[in-house]
Amino acid sequence: MSAPFGQLPRWVDYGLLPFINLVVAFLVSGLVVLFIGASPLEAINYMVTGALGSGEGLGFTLYYATSFIFTGLSVAVAFHCGLFNIGGEGQVYVGGLGVALVALALDRIMPWYVTAPLAAAAGFAFGAAWALVPAWLQAKRGSHIVITTIMFNFIAASLMVYLLVNVMKQPGSMSPQTRLFESGALLPRLGFLFSPLGLDLGTAPLNVSFFLALASGFLVWVLVWRTRFGYEIRTIGANPTAAAYAGIRYGRTVVITMLISGGLAGLMALNVLLGDHGKLQIEFPSGAGFVGIAVALMGRSHPVGIVLAAILFGILYQGGAELAFWVPNITREMIVLIQGLVILFAGALEYMFRPALVRLFAPRGAAVLRPA
Amino acid sequence: MIRKLFGAAVFALIAAQPALAQDIKPALVYGTGGKFDKSFNEAGYNGAEKYKTDTGIAYRDFEPQNDTQGEQAIRKFASEGFNPVVALSFAWTDAVAKVSKEFPETKFVLVDSVVDAPNVRSVVFKEDEGSYLVGLLAGLKSETKKVGFVGGMDIPLIRKFGCGYVQGAKAGGATQFFQNMTGTTGAAWNDPVRGGELAKSQIDQGADVIYAAAGATGLGVLQTAVDNGKLGIGVDSNQNYLHPGKILTSMVKKVDVAVYNAYADAKAGQFTAGVQALGLKEGGVDWALDDNNGPLVTPEMKAAVEKAKADIIAGTVTVHDYMSDETCPVE
Repeated sequence: MSAPFGQLPRWVDYGLLPFINLVVAFLVSGLVVLFIGASPLEAINYMVTGALGSGEGLGFTLYYATSFIFTGLSVAVAFHCGLFNIGGEGQVYVGGLGVALVALALDRIMPWYVTAPLAAAAGFAFGAAWALVPAWLQAKRGSHIVITTIMFNFIAASLMVYLLVNVMKQPGSMSPQTRLFESGALLPRLGFLFSPLGLDLGTAPLNVSFFLALASGFLVWVLVWRTRFGYEIRTIGANPTAAAYAGIRYGRTVVITMLISGGLAGLMALNVLLGDHGKLQIEFPSGAGFVGIAVALMGRSHPVGIVLAAILFGILYQGGAELAFWVPNITREMIVLIQGLVILFAGALEYMFRPALVRLFAPRGAAVLRPA
Repeated sequence: MIRKLFGAAVFALIAAQPALAQDIKPALVYGTGGKFDKSFNEAGYNGAEKYKTDTGIAYRDFEPQNDTQGEQAIRKFASEGFNPVVALSFAWTDAVAKVSKEFPETKFVLVDSVVDAPNVRSVVFKEDEGSYLVGLLAGLKSETKKVGFVGGMDIPLIRKFGCGYVQGAKAGGATQFFQNMTGTTGAAWNDPVRGGELAKSQIDQGADVIYAAAGATGLGVLQTAVDNGKLGIGVDSNQNYLHPGKILTSMVKKVDVAVYNAYADAKAGQFTAGVQALGLKEGGVDWALDDNNGPLVTPEMKAAVEKAKADIIAGTVTVHDYMSDETCPVE
């Protein structure tokens, strides 16, 4: 994650540059919208007011953001160790199994504040377990984590289809899903927090796992930047050979990092299953694991950046749905295109405008190395 | 601008309707597979489009990206005064159950699953009966007496297709059945290459008639069957035209009619709630015989299939419904 072409003031690097990237992405999206015969201004209006203009819209935006914070953190932790965990989708899926098993066992006999922590622990454990084999193969056998984790996504999908169709499905039901959870496994929604502000969250599924997501962000920050183990993670990420020379155990660090990464992904299931769906259903992650990669890239693998990027993607999801709802010309493929453009400009081309900004902001000669 | 004018024209048209008929604002929520899947969702879309062409009444539709958005859209249509709201796919069962309670005045139609509520019409199809007929024809037509089935995802709905098919094929004299599912993610409905590979492997094992119930994946199944000089069987829509003279028949599932009728009934004030189980008798499913596959079907075969159809309608032949006990008598 090194920044090329000299120093910039921090507010430019972390504020202005992403903002410019975002604006350019929206400008290009606007051209596409114009091209299909809709009004870009109307489109952006629907998108922004749909996502932020009402209590309900905001609630949905933050609900999606909660999921993306978890998967974004999951990817980021692995990034710091030089590991590209693209198995978030599968880890979320299997994490959902852990969450659902606890929910199904306890929802009729326990209140939610007993069920939820246990479900969270189970989600973390199942997600971590799903990352264990790829991690071990990477650590001991050098099998590339990108390959193994993506293969594990398919194994997870197969496992879950098998379980949901043959084992956990309600007899006679068409839908491969568990029974509905009862009140003992449903997380309280946050409408009561927003109503004093005059915002009505309506049916938005924003729930207490939002705070768990923020807390996880803080813990990840502590782990990566304030602990000895975090230092080992970053050292391996920067230079595995030097890390080995310094006495850091590669295998152990890789496995533990991947367990944390998989566990964070597994926690996302708490938000979706106990916070909204109230059941375990096939395909419930619906791509959130992959969005986490974009969120981590955009957020520069820093928890603060990840929270902001997750909210941005929440806006894109909720605002995009509103846009597709109100402007029939704009299909869901268009929304995916807009999301793709944001990822392209803010992720892949994030340094495109940097040289120009360096010329503008950097003090003369600062970029030149001075002789010692 | 043109769209606005058109919208105004539609509005004027609605406003000009006689007072007897109800004013309706039809809405349609697709499954997560998306509108243009060449199969189930597209059939629903065609039904809504046909209604629009016939009556000039515009409808609004939405393609959810995930399960949360599906419920959101159904609720949103209801709260914006859309009525009736049609939800395609069993995935919206719980969403319709929930939202129909919140909006008791709105009429909902759920396709492929059942919700018991006074304002919900649940439309389910007896895919087993239609699949039995095409299976029977496959059994009669097959020279090797080995027939194949390629499904999309291993879910109860597709097992129901497969179970009806093998029962029919057995009745038609087939002795060996190959059943494969394409995948375990949503991509399984849109993977023609993999579908083709599965078809090829079934052909290598001796199958000479292959039935595809796998959305757009089925296009690859049919293509491979035809390329190898074998016969394919289409699904949902009449797909005989895709390879004239090479598709034995298609199992037609009239999702379009379900959507069209939902709107037409609401418009005429004749909307009824409850379960509509559409089988051969009700014309909800059928086998397709047209000029494209006519030469493939001998008069004897046609007579046999029509007889089976009459027997099923009369109740003298019963097709085992996979959903009744989640087992299939023929493997």
